[in-house]
Amino acid sequence: MVPLSWYLMLAAFLFSCGLYGALARRNAIAMLMGIELMLNAANINLVAFWRHGVGPMEDLTGQAFAVLIIGLAAAEAAVGLALIIAVYRERRTIDVDELDVLAG
Amino acid sequence: MQLPLGIEVPIPTFEQFVFIQVALLTAVAALAVVISRNLFHSALALTLTFFGVAGVYIFLEAEFLAVSQVLVYVGAIAMLIAFAIMLTRSMMFGRTSPLNNQWGKSSLFAILFFSALLAFARATPWPAAGEEVVADEALIGQLGREFVTTYVIAFEVLGLLLLVALVGAVMLARDR
Amino acid sequence: MQVTQWSEALSGWLMGLGLPGWAAIFLVYAVGSFILINYGMLSVLLLIWITRKAISRIQDRIGPNRVGKYGLLQTVADAAKLLSKEDITPYEADKIAYNLSPILAVFGVLMLLAVIPFAPGLTGVDLNVAALYVVALGSIGIMAALMAGWGSNNKYALLAGFRVVAQLLSYEIPLVLAILTVVLLTGSMRFGQIVEMQSLHVAGFNLGLGWLGIVMPGALIVFFVSSLAEAELTPFDLLEAESELIAGFHIEYSGMKFAMFFLAQFLNAWILGAVAVTLFLGGWQGPGVGLPVIGPILGLGYFMIKVYGVYVLQQWIRGTFPRIRIDQMMYFAWKVLVPLMIGLIVAQAIIQKLPTPVAIQYVLIFIANVGVMAVVAYVLQKYFREEQIRTKRSFEPTSLIGGMQVSEKGTMY
Repeated sequence: MVPLSWYLMLAAFLFSCGLYGALARRNAIAMLMGIELMLNAANINLVAFWRHGVGPMEDLTGQAFAVLIIGLAAAEAAVGLALIIAVYRERRTIDVDELDVLAG
Repeated sequence: MQLPLGIEVPIPTFEQFVFIQVALLTAVAALAVVISRNLFHSALALTLTFFGVAGVYIFLEAEFLAVSQVLVYVGAIAMLIAFAIMLTRSMMFGRTSPLNNQWGKSSLFAILFFSALLAFARATPWPAAGEEVVADEALIGQLGREFVTTYVIAFEVLGLLLLVALVGAVMLARDR
Repeated sequence: MQVTQWSEALSGWLMGLGLPGWAAIFLVYAVGSFILINYGMLSVLLLIWITRKAISRIQDRIGPNRVGKYGLLQTVADAAKLLSKEDITPYEADKIAYNLSPILAVFGVLMLLAVIPFAPGLTGVDLNVAALYVVALGSIGIMAALMAGWGSNNKYALLAGFRVVAQLLSYEIPLVLAILTVVLLTGSMRFGQIVEMQSLHVAGFNLGLGWLGIVMPGALIVFFVSSLAEAELTPFDLLEAESELIAGFHIEYSGMKFAMFFLAQFLNAWILGAVAVTLFLGGWQGPGVGLPVIGPILGLGYFMIKVYGVYVLQQWIRGTFPRIRIDQMMYFAWKVLVPLMIGLIVAQAIIQKLPTPVAIQYVLIFIANVGVMAVVAYVLQKYFREEQIRTKRSFEPTSLIGGMQVSEKGTMY
């Protein structure tokens, strides 16, 4: 049996990677990939807690939330990438440092 | 098992041994996502990470979720990301570094955050997985029932959100 | 009927010999996957031979007949030729994507073999989400095509990669919906149980003819058409279209890497046929599979006959049908198949909740399926009649059209 803390450590690593990617990359698509990593890390945690919680056969809250997050991630990726493509058409760049039209 | 420096390492069981391999693969792929200079390689590493996470779900006896993970993340999201990278491919071979000027602070923050989470995960006495899970139709059926009873509002809102996202993505990306 | 899985039986026997549990399970699965993968690889030789022979017969040729008896070894000779060819990597290709793509293409197809029930108790693994697993693994093939298109550093390959994604993603949806009708009816995604449900007991003897395809012919046909598109077969083979698009996304590949794409494609067609047989045509069910000793052997025989029958049918279509255009293909998937299948699923869900005996429910589902088939036939007939008028117009001299009575909507063609 794999202990719960191992899953949590893996999830923590994935989350930190995603955090770094979302904060440090210039490219908007790379930032989006970082966000996807963080969502996956959260999902691992949810399912791991479901499995190690009380009554995993009756109370499926963890799995249900994981499914909802998967659906949410799909919507987020679709809209996010459509936005990125639209911005690219307009400005010929998706470098978030150069997208500063609204900066005062 | 006794390591040379006097460190005590418990011998992993077969399941733990396989889990370590899957986890290492996932972790290395996740690291490759954020440090690779070639954005397309990042996307490939991201796909591998999604597979690794699906493997972790198998260890957690959530087969339905593992297959959904592959179906949605690899089949749709990774594909969308690869598409977006190809459509904006002039961005990939830029003159500048792929990192912005706050990468130092970001990496420090990420490492600190990881250390804190790690310490927390190791220090807390977690419960061992007590109850047996029979991964069969009954479990998937129960999940479906949860969606139309307890989480019916969340489920419906998700459906609405997906519809809005569909329409919004079409509106944003179409030719004007 | 309680059938023992071969893996359980074998690992139990090994543990009886004194092997520790994990070692026995590891050994059993290693042996099982070795046999399955080699079977898959070698059966492709036969599949290519069947294709060539079948299409030759349709085109009034003899086909390969020089190497080996009936030309059976022709494919082996071709494989040897491909192995000896130069392995070319295009200039400035993305090495990782370029080299990984053929491996992934084969990997995604071979993984599917794991869940196919070949005979009673003879399944790689009886996964509880097998029906979804089949669909999920299809996405690996799409990823491989995209990687090949990108990695080749060739704009035609990249465009073809986009085309592959568009086609495969579109036809995945009617495929999933067709599988969903079966899952709704059987209440299980486990292939073992789906096949088990298709038995027909008459006076205690298993006739094995309770095929779901009889109850749901509409879903069967939608599944078959979508699987033709997923396997990139005629009439949906415009992804490779040798005569005009020169093999699309794997245009830059040569030697064994090209052969791997080829292998993946043929095996994929066979496996999708096997899934169709499992879901709709009773899998290994047939007269007498319930018998104690010869049952499993008979089951394997029935399964193979059915799957190769479906494969020959696919090749028959390949030999006779013309290729359709990409806009026609998209039109058919999104405007015909998807709405109809969603309607069918809603209808079936309502029918299954009706307070009537199961037999009446089956009859109602059958009627709904026939309705779906009728609508598909009507839409196709209407579409192709308009298409015929349109093409005829574009070949006629303009002066003639000007003098003609325009009966169609406007003169937009």
